[in-house]
Amino acid sequence: MKRIRDDLAAKRILVSDGAWGTFLVAAGLQAGECPELWNVEHPEVVRGIAETYFDAGADLVLTNSFGGSRFKLGQYGLAERTVELNEAAAALSREAAGPDRHVVGSVGPTGKMLMMGDVSEEELYDAFRTQLVALESGGANACDIETMTAIDEACIAIRAAKENTGLEVICTFTYDTSTAAGYRTMMGVSPAQMAEATLAAGADIIGANCSLATAEMVPVVKELHAAAPDVPILVHPNAGRPIRADDGSITYPETPELMAAEVPNLIAAGARIIGGCCGSGADHIRAIAAAVRAALA
Amino acid sequence: MAEILEQLAMCIERGKVNASSPYPPDLKGQEGADELCKKALDDGLAPNDILANGLVVGMNAIGRKFSKNEVFVPDVLMAAKAMTAAMEHLRPFFDSGEATFKGTFVVGTVQGDLHDIGKNLVAMVVEGGGYKVVDLGVDVSPEKFLDAVKGNPGATVGLSALLTTTMVNMEKTVSLVKEAVPGTKVIVGGAPLTQEFADKIGADAYSPDPQGALDFLAAASA
Repeated sequence: MKRIRDDLAAKRILVSDGAWGTFLVAAGLQAGECPELWNVEHPEVVRGIAETYFDAGADLVLTNSFGGSRFKLGQYGLAERTVELNEAAAALSREAAGPDRHVVGSVGPTGKMLMMGDVSEEELYDAFRTQLVALESGGANACDIETMTAIDEACIAIRAAKENTGLEVICTFTYDTSTAAGYRTMMGVSPAQMAEATLAAGADIIGANCSLATAEMVPVVKELHAAAPDVPILVHPNAGRPIRADDGSITYPETPELMAAEVPNLIAAGARIIGGCCGSGADHIRAIAAAVRAALA
Repeated sequence: MAEILEQLAMCIERGKVNASSPYPPDLKGQEGADELCKKALDDGLAPNDILANGLVVGMNAIGRKFSKNEVFVPDVLMAAKAMTAAMEHLRPFFDSGEATFKGTFVVGTVQGDLHDIGKNLVAMVVEGGGYKVVDLGVDVSPEKFLDAVKGNPGATVGLSALLTTTMVNMEKTVSLVKEAVPGTKVIVGGAPLTQEFADKIGADAYSPDPQGALDFLAAASA
């Protein structure tokens, strides 16, 4: 199977994709509606997002399966359709990717907390295994276990990927809490702790996504790189912190140029794969891709 | 203050549930909130005294540390677990009326939003502050909030949202509740919210953390 790390060895820095949710909302996804259901009900919209990002210069594109665990789908009464919706998610991104580019299956948190006894380790493992196997059979060649905050849940997902699929495993945490000692996840996990635990569990590529603005990601990437100097680091910053306009609409303050301006700093900090999270679109990825090309030239 | 209540407060703050709980490791084998609360009752302390000078003190301490980013979600969850264990012993006195809550807090995640971690943290900290909490769960319609306010006269309402797409649903609930039951206080919170947004939709308060909700309740009832 294709490996992102082989491409990294050849090209040094790769470009990833931007946000998916904002695209879906713009296309008419309503609050309270299941985004993953669009993989079968509006496949042209979902495929179009992947195509847009590849056209913008992404080397790897994720899938519309962030909430695709049976726990999350179960909130919409769709737990029975977990395999179908995840296979469709991967298939749509694969159609956009063609055979040579990377499709990275998105796997988000289940919303269940092991420490509270919400769920057992076995139940979590089974849920992740089902989702990951479906993403692989739909056409993904890697997965991104993303927006994680707890070490136990992330490591169970990594193990489920390693033990049941041939997917290359990326794992990214979200660091939303600022402390005197640096950024932490809401569960109190530092980038260095995350690196140690997820690599021990078998992750191939680690990183950070969401919550933080682009410049705020620089110290996080530095800490990850210091903890794991030989491991590629992926970073998906938000396009700044959301701002609400008078008409109720939400905007993100970082323009494509502002995000792209941080690319040299992210690379200097140790980032090897750069994309965006909430608020970033095709123009942001196009600008990031140009900045990466300039940095490599 | 009785020494046993200081110990109880410490156990709540540290998340020490009972003697058999292995957490936190340095208190292994010692009595926890469960045993100490029962002992305090056996010693003849009044339930209200135990609540105010034991449970509330402990939850307040952890809530303040959480709002300063000195502790994290797991620490608050463990403290809440210890508080719940102690509360089990006090519940019969609240049911009989011998002990009283400081007030009632109706809380839920707004319509269209299924995220409950933030809402649960607020519910735990407010309950630990001595309030009766009516938790309506997630995806709660404005009408359901209104029914709960009608069923709990004088209650303060807490609205939670994680998504930028659902925070806009808060406004409907605020206006419905305030129109139908004038004087009802509403506090809002959630990752994408700001004070400006709270002002704009007519909420009485915004808090970026659970302790802020408790402080607002305390100030409103003072």
